[in-house]
Amino acid sequence: MEPISFALLESNFQSKIDRDIKIEPKDWMPDDYRQTLIRQISQHAHSEIVGMLPEGNWITRAPNLRRKAVLLAKVQDEAGHGLYLYSATETLGADREELIDDLHEGRAKYSSIFNYPTLSWADMGAIGWLVDGAAIMNQVPLCRCSYGPYARAMVRVCKEESFHQRQGFEIMMSLANGSPEQKEMAQDALNRFWWPALMMFGPNDATSKHTAQSMKWKIKRHTNDELRQQFVDVTVPQAELIGLTIPDENLKWDKKTNHYITSPINWDEFWQVVNGNGPCNKERIDARKKAKENGKWVRDAAMAHAVKRSAINLLTA
Amino acid sequence: MSEKEWPLWEVFIRSKQGLNHKHVGSLRAPDAQLAVDNARDVYTRRSEGISIWVVASNNVFASDAAEADAFYDPANSKVYRHPTFYDVPDGISHM
Repeated sequence: MEPISFALLESNFQSKIDRDIKIEPKDWMPDDYRQTLIRQISQHAHSEIVGMLPEGNWITRAPNLRRKAVLLAKVQDEAGHGLYLYSATETLGADREELIDDLHEGRAKYSSIFNYPTLSWADMGAIGWLVDGAAIMNQVPLCRCSYGPYARAMVRVCKEESFHQRQGFEIMMSLANGSPEQKEMAQDALNRFWWPALMMFGPNDATSKHTAQSMKWKIKRHTNDELRQQFVDVTVPQAELIGLTIPDENLKWDKKTNHYITSPINWDEFWQVVNGNGPCNKERIDARKKAKENGKWVRDAAMAHAVKRSAINLLTA
Repeated sequence: MSEKEWPLWEVFIRSKQGLNHKHVGSLRAPDAQLAVDNARDVYTRRSEGISIWVVASNNVFASDAAEADAFYDPANSKVYRHPTFYDVPDGISHM
């Protein structure tokens, strides 16, 4: 057989992408495509499991049993989402343990939003409404991503996540309709989470270094700014409906474009947090490391038990 | 990196009686029983299944993706295997 040239392989690959044919694990793919996916999916997986921490902070202090059961179910979902995503990276040949080590050693990134503290119960509302709302906006187009296992994981995640945003909005609505103190608590949470939520979509298109290539490969379907705009447009009326105020004096509706215009985002804060200097970066990674260390004896015991049992099965077979 | 990583398992779920088990994803677990237990927690939290199969991933032998064109080629020329290949005159029903 004639050796197939790299150029031919690459043009066949791009032509599959252009025809919306999904790429599956054993198909040929350019190394950059593989590495881009491993980076993006593992960051996504890290965000899911680090995202459990700010909410886990409130499970024992939920105001009633219903809220507690809902929050537990949500945090459990995030763990499942992390697992789907780590599994997707493994189909690309990545090693899950190495990826987790990268997170713990500060070599990997995760969503900057989880480096903000959760100071009051209202933050559970703000996170569900805004953070999960922003995540859903990002994730729905990823269900059509060119890489099959990632797209399938996202379908599952989106299906499960639809209740996350609603439960958050419900918390905000209850507080906003409650006593003046409760409404103040909801407003305070919105004030603190609004800008970090907008930053979740990543840098402006002009400065986003991966966007163009990712769009060509159909890993991404929309730019960061397009998704951010969509989020602002749907969220502002939701805040108005429950009587909360978006913390942006310059926010206005633009009749010409049919979009809201916001103040410029403080990108300096974004980069500070991404680069490890947010309010809770150290606390989050320390909690992850501690969880891994404290669970080691359980993992070891389970493995020892499995080895012992398979030895017994061999003897009695 | 851990010295001994838990093996990888492929998970198949039967969503209801009468349907096939269908591949839904994978997970790591020390043995088959814990793989089933974990699969229940990860893949059937919303009543998605009534039966779970797990198969150690290294026991899956797959066809070669690079050879797919040649491998499945023989079926392409056999359109007579499909009912639409045959002409049925007007007026014939129940066929």
